[in-house]
Amino acid sequence: MSSEKEPLFSSKNIKLITEPLGSSNPITVQVLGICSALAVTVKMKPAFVMAISVMVVLAVSNVVISLIRNYIPPRIRIIVQLVVIAAMVILVDQILKAFVYDISKQLSVFVGLIITNCILMGRLEAFAMGNKPWPSFLDGLGNAAGYSIILLIVSFFRELLGSGTIWGFKVIPESVYDFGYQNNGLMILPPMALIVVGIIIWIQRARNKKLIETK
Amino acid sequence: MKSLRGYLDKIKPKFEKGGKFEKFHSTFEAFESFMFVPDTVTTKGTHIRDANDMKRTMTVVVLALVPALLFGMWNVGYQHFLSIGQESSLWQTFFTGFISVLPIIVVSYVVGLGIEFAFAQYRGHEVNEGFLVTGMLIPLVLPVDVPLWMVALATAFAVIIGKEVFGGTGMNIFNPALTARAFLFFAYPSYMSGNEVWTHGMMKGEGIIDSFTGATPLAEAAAGNINNLPSVSDMFFGFMPGSIGETSTLAILIGAAILLFTGVGSARIMISTVVGGLVMGLILNIFAVNPYMEVPAYQHLMLGGFAFGAVFMATDPVSAAQTANGKIIYGFLIGFLAILIRVLNPAYPEGMMLAILLMNVFAPLIDHYVIESNISKRLKRVKVQVKVQE
Repeated sequence: MSSEKEPLFSSKNIKLITEPLGSSNPITVQVLGICSALAVTVKMKPAFVMAISVMVVLAVSNVVISLIRNYIPPRIRIIVQLVVIAAMVILVDQILKAFVYDISKQLSVFVGLIITNCILMGRLEAFAMGNKPWPSFLDGLGNAAGYSIILLIVSFFRELLGSGTIWGFKVIPESVYDFGYQNNGLMILPPMALIVVGIIIWIQRARNKKLIETK
Repeated sequence: MKSLRGYLDKIKPKFEKGGKFEKFHSTFEAFESFMFVPDTVTTKGTHIRDANDMKRTMTVVVLALVPALLFGMWNVGYQHFLSIGQESSLWQTFFTGFISVLPIIVVSYVVGLGIEFAFAQYRGHEVNEGFLVTGMLIPLVLPVDVPLWMVALATAFAVIIGKEVFGGTGMNIFNPALTARAFLFFAYPSYMSGNEVWTHGMMKGEGIIDSFTGATPLAEAAAGNINNLPSVSDMFFGFMPGSIGETSTLAILIGAAILLFTGVGSARIMISTVVGGLVMGLILNIFAVNPYMEVPAYQHLMLGGFAFGAVFMATDPVSAAQTANGKIIYGFLIGFLAILIRVLNPAYPEGMMLAILLMNVFAPLIDHYVIESNISKRLKRVKVQVKVQE
């Protein structure tokens, strides 16, 4: 432990939040958590609630694991991590059911499936097990934010083109429909979510050549 | 001709490296080699050169599509006048079809080639010829009254997502024309299926006579009305509603003959696809628990997109299997699955598109196992020889 106290928002800590938004984004660069990204992005509202849920679960369990990291026997660490995540997920699920029942219905099993979301296990294993609570908290927030941003972008395009609405409000005027425009039914199906994620990855790599793997 | 050559030679230096229009080199190259045989000369080693490069191959396929296209245009007019209960002369019929089909072809080529040229320019490689065929295939597999902006969107999707992201012509895993069709099929089902879409003018409800339903034979069969199926000769010649180019088995057979005669299309794939369809048809005939299953197996080959898919889509050299035995397995499964989906899955009246796309995905796997089994066979032979020598 360093004797000098590190400031709360040192450049190293800031990086923990900003990097997952761009060059080490959990979805577009590490390609984790794709399953839920495809499933919940038909409309923006459920995608947003999902993003918040993941953020809460990830940030809190990162802190909890980081607090007890020195007392976890290495051989059973995965089980311990799972117990923490599962407890958080059940809490979040119950809260959603109590306060936003409709959306909780739309999200169906996918809140429960946060337990198996690779981003969570990945962050606990790779970061919280070896870092102090505060950086772990920031890391959890950052990675969840990176996940959220992609979720929101994908769901924005899927809702706009697939249903003609944004956040449930009609944005494409009726006159355009009279002109012959149609909502794109493929956008509502999961394959198109994968393609939209693919296009985001394409654009990101075209702009940031460092991400392209060298053979 | 000579003056054109002279003109091209005159402006050529401007498009070379360091010239004024260096950026448009690939565009110039595309036009030049479209008009004349490419002037690239091999410099090393001995080569056997053939005049048959990719542009000529693609031209042959487009030629083979012409009978289906011409008949398709005529049939569009024929179905239109049938639906409004009017007599019409041959030319009137053809002209009606011609002016409704032509815009689709123009849109498909303009959008597709535009994107191809843009990508070639940007990435600095030659313009690929693959779209010459795709651009003609896309209109032929669409219903005639599909809105043009949908054609444009589907073409763009097929070229960008179906082809360019994989690296352009020769790298795509799916047949681009079918990608376009699948896109429309899932994105705008109301324009791609149902009874109204297949006849020109029917969606606007222009004076339709009551006895005309516009349902394709497959839709009728799926609804259980197999007595309403057209006569066998109508099926063969193609006097029935359907996508623009798919109805006439005769016209498609002429195209198949051109492809086989010039060696451009693979006979193995075509034959094994037909065999696969027949086998599945016969299996269904044996069980025959509902009227649809009783449709004779050979009639399935003439209905819907089966013939068109078998001749022009399944044989696409890029997305099909490459090995000789692999082609047989690939074709057989296409035919087999197409009839299976068509008859047993009520959600999809036509299974050819889905069967071909599915087998496109499996083609590399099939090739892999064919090659593996070849290797292990040869290895066995080697071991035997070694033992004899000992």
